Amino acid sequence: MQDVLILRIVFGFLAAIIAVFSVMAVTSRRILRAATYLLFVLFATSGLYFFLNYSFLGAVQLLVYAGGIIILYVFSILLTNTDQESRAPIFSLRRWLAMLATFGGIALMIYLLLTNTWPEATMDTSAEVNMRVIGHTLMGSEKGQYVLPFEVMSVLLLACMVGGLLIARKRS
Amino acid sequence: MEPIISMEYYLIVSSIMFFAGIYGFITRRNLIAILISIELVLTSTDINFAVFNRFLFPHQLEGMFFSLFSIGVSAAETAVAIAIIINIYRNIKNVEVRNIKKLKD
Repeated sequence: MQDVLILRIVFGFLAAIIAVFSVMAVTSRRILRAATYLLFVLFATSGLYFFLNYSFLGAVQLLVYAGGIIILYVFSILLTNTDQESRAPIFSLRRWLAMLATFGGIALMIYLLLTNTWPEATMDTSAEVNMRVIGHTLMGSEKGQYVLPFEVMSVLLLACMVGGLLIARKRS
Repeated sequence: MEPIISMEYYLIVSSIMFFAGIYGFITRRNLIAILISIELVLTSTDINFAVFNRFLFPHQLEGMFFSLFSIGVSAAETAVAIAIIINIYRNIKNVEVRNIKKLKD
């Protein structure tokens, strides 16, 4: 019983971090701060993956997002020298319409989520996925295994590397 | 057995994140800030994949691998987008959306 309470508190903490910092990331006027809030959101997301017992996915999230993408963001913010966003009228029509769409959408979504009936899971839902199973699924070529998307992914990363170099290079 | 946290709570958290991203995507004026909003949207869909996999089909791995590949694709997308943004900055010296009118000079 004690454990359940602690786990619920941890989940509430992660959920609060995600909710608060994702709102702050889209409303903060300094872009560098917005990137930092995005980093907190991504940390809490990987915490959710660990909470779901997907440790591998959580580790990938930490490595790729928190380690790679945020660094890219910070460098590009500093390189383009645009820390301060231009001042806009606080209550413009566009902002009101966006707020209306957002709150309408979120109300509809939560209503649908809470009234939907989900199919029952057939097995125990808390087992950790074995690392050997992940490896075989990622590298196998049979039905339900993912070697082809894995290779397509590597081609995509190569193409994006070449494309990034080609786009961002200095014109002579 | 009842799970400790039921599935709806995860989905509510991810939908809050998704709509925060939508709001930022509409209202932001800076290209990098728009990219940050897109990142929020992508991450919330990743959470949904993992949660549906864990709670509805726990003996399969499809959702987890979809999140894994989605993380990779969004990393690639961010790299190219930031290259484009830096190139735009080099040409017009700022990255505000309303100043970008030409595709090529």
